[in-house]
Amino acid sequence: MDIELLEIQDFISQYNPFNQLPEEELCHIAQNIEISYYRMGTMINPLGDTRRELYLIRSGVVEIYRRKGELYNRLDQGKLFGQVGLLTNNKVRFLAKSVKDTLLYCIPEVIFHDLYDRYESFADFVEVEDSMRLKQAVESKSDDANALMSSQVKTLLTRDVLMLPITSSMQRVAKFMSDENVSAVLINDPSVEGNNFVGIITEHDLCGKVIGGGLNINDPVKEIMSTKLISLDHNSYIYEAMLLMLRYNVHHLPILKNKYPIGLIEVADIIRYESQNSLLFVSSIFQQQSPEDLEQLSHELKNCFLRMVNEDANSHMVGHAMSEIGRSFKQRLIELAEEKYGPPPIPYCFLALGSMARNEQLIVTDQDNAIILDNSYDEKKHGKYFEKLAKFVCDGLAICGYNYCTGDIMATNPEHRKTQVQWEECFANWIDKPNPQALLNCSIFFDIEGVYGRIKWAEQLNMFILRRARKNNRFLACLARNARNRTPPLGFFKDFVMEKDGRQNNSINLKRRGTAPLADLIRVHALAIGSESQNSFNRLDDIIEAKILPKSKGEDLKHAMELISLVRLRHQALDIESDIEPDNNIEPENMSDFERRHLKDAFLVLSNAQNFLKYRYSATKL
Amino acid sequence: MHNFTSKYILNWNAFLQLKALQTKNKHLFKFYQKGTYHEDTKLSDIKFVALDFETTGLDPVKNSIISIGLVPFDLQRIYCRDAKKWYINPEDNLKENSIIIHGITHSDLQGAPDLFSILGSLLEELAGKVVVVHYRRIERDFFDLNLRAQVEEGIIFPVIDTMQIEANIQKDQTHGFLNWLKGYPISSIRLANSRLRYNLPAYSPHDALTDAIATAELLQAQIKHHFSSDAAIKELWL
Repeated sequence: MDIELLEIQDFISQYNPFNQLPEEELCHIAQNIEISYYRMGTMINPLGDTRRELYLIRSGVVEIYRRKGELYNRLDQGKLFGQVGLLTNNKVRFLAKSVKDTLLYCIPEVIFHDLYDRYESFADFVEVEDSMRLKQAVESKSDDANALMSSQVKTLLTRDVLMLPITSSMQRVAKFMSDENVSAVLINDPSVEGNNFVGIITEHDLCGKVIGGGLNINDPVKEIMSTKLISLDHNSYIYEAMLLMLRYNVHHLPILKNKYPIGLIEVADIIRYESQNSLLFVSSIFQQQSPEDLEQLSHELKNCFLRMVNEDANSHMVGHAMSEIGRSFKQRLIELAEEKYGPPPIPYCFLALGSMARNEQLIVTDQDNAIILDNSYDEKKHGKYFEKLAKFVCDGLAICGYNYCTGDIMATNPEHRKTQVQWEECFANWIDKPNPQALLNCSIFFDIEGVYGRIKWAEQLNMFILRRARKNNRFLACLARNARNRTPPLGFFKDFVMEKDGRQNNSINLKRRGTAPLADLIRVHALAIGSESQNSFNRLDDIIEAKILPKSKGEDLKHAMELISLVRLRHQALDIESDIEPDNNIEPENMSDFERRHLKDAFLVLSNAQNFLKYRYSATKL
Repeated sequence: MHNFTSKYILNWNAFLQLKALQTKNKHLFKFYQKGTYHEDTKLSDIKFVALDFETTGLDPVKNSIISIGLVPFDLQRIYCRDAKKWYINPEDNLKENSIIIHGITHSDLQGAPDLFSILGSLLEELAGKVVVVHYRRIERDFFDLNLRAQVEEGIIFPVIDTMQIEANIQKDQTHGFLNWLKGYPISSIRLANSRLRYNLPAYSPHDALTDAIATAELLQAQIKHHFSSDAAIKELWL
């Protein structure tokens, strides 16, 4: 007799992975379920219990513990547990305890294996628990992160943006500001369609320019508003807002979303978020008067890094801060070079490439840079100047701890000082006639950021690359092939494969085998969809939005990136603390259980994503 | 421990043996002959079966059973694979309002067997186990009287009534002058409300099998909250 267990069938059909199974299968599962009630605080599978089952929580809350007793996971209605044991032939077991009165549906092992064999979606789901674990590992880390270091500026916005038209009189603006109790207001130009945000007026402007300058209070604000707008994207971190304010000595920052202002933050808003360390560090960079002074200061960088890591900043944050600091060193060195050799004879743009451009710099890093020159560049007339400037900057960076690039991708290499037209030709050549060998060492050229001078040129070059690369399957295939060169350190049985490090210890290079190949493969997808982002996390957001990856794989990549970076920077911090030269290697015996398990999951995500790359971008597919 | 002294405790095992001698129906004979547990058996050693009837009305004399659901269980597990459900062709006419309540329609019952023809299979599921119901008046009286209408013989066996257990617990908890002063009301002991107190999920009512499962879950919860698994069955059965 076939019994319909409506209530049970109804319930399981709502939850992954059961919701992907056909109805008759659900009926069959329901008929084989055993139900069990656990009072709050009861062990569900005491050690010695030999039952092998998959558990589905019908109601209540269950906590999963490792054997050692550390809390591992907390699950509620509709969540599964026990699959790890079933998949590993019970080698891995977790203890489960009901923390509220709990009703469980117990699904027998035979049913589990039958579903696992017959339904790919089911197998994927129960295996993907690995990446769930990863996600959880990352999220539980960032949960207790210091709000100061990891908050984005949008969280500071408490009111809608206040805007007045450009034709308003100064008096009206002053009255409005006083009524609204704000110290600055944004100005727009209603005669322009679309984004017509044109300026900002602050108390300071009114006070200094109107009263101090004796202007007529009935004149339009157009006369006194600041149009040199320094603004920030709403996704930036609060400390970045502070850096900007300090650097440009402004007290108000318009916050933009898709280039539209959505709010205004002022110094008072962020005082409570003030971060002493990285903020002061950057400001002092700009006060140094020589490369030697900068070198002195650079010794402090390690402490600054250490403080951030110890404050539980996430890798995204640390990457941003370290890149900002690296950028500041570079900018200050260029300023000093211009002071020494005089103003540049022609306009130029100093570029950062690779990790700095991606805002993913950590403590140990090479300098990768280049220069875009104005098209009027004449080797005979201007060559010497830029050679000297490049040498000054690169030498300065080197003494500040940014090692010379072993691949000679530096502005001191004449090959990497090209005019706008030459750079475009160079990229056109790479993209149109792709050759894996030629592309092998230039992947970082596809992460470009203008650091000094005509920064716009860097953006223009980027747009040129994006337009060109997007539809070029052969180029993408070449890049994809290269992105698969560096594999994660996983052996056939999914265990770690060690290498010898410089000190002849077994180790894993987390950059070469982890974050770098991840950044490489993310770059391929980003170029394929024409993403303008540089940062790997932002690129992943674009990639997820473009829906070119299988469901949830983009999120998995984000978590993998975050986790590997986190482990990497934690170990660098450990090295610094124990007075060892920090590197990118991690010795497995120094890994915590937490790191070991989750790193493995993260490398697995990378490995799967690399395989996906092979199918997604093949040269023959046109 | 809850004190159920007010009830009259039968020696159920002896009683069922006696009924086995008296009955003229072969199904009933087999059922009674299987007997039941010794009254001192621990709850953890008992095989239970939760039983629920849907009926055409509340009067066992005038109304009939239209659907039966049952599920065997013990203190550890409720075994869905052994769950059973039958539609029964009622003796009286299916009234419109019970169609609304149960969602059972005339077409469901077309060709459905009468109680007599499934009696053998039904009793086989119950024999030797302790039957658990929520509100024993329905299952006990309907079973007895509906059967009498067909075979001129009723049926009687020990049951555990989760509603009675809940009533006693509620009475214990709200008993006494202090509680009376505080004005603690006696909470509802209907199946759905009782389940809520044990954080059991809400089910859609009026399906005999769902209600049987709900009752089984409730007894597991009640025992885990208020009794020991070493307690004797005589403390609970009626």
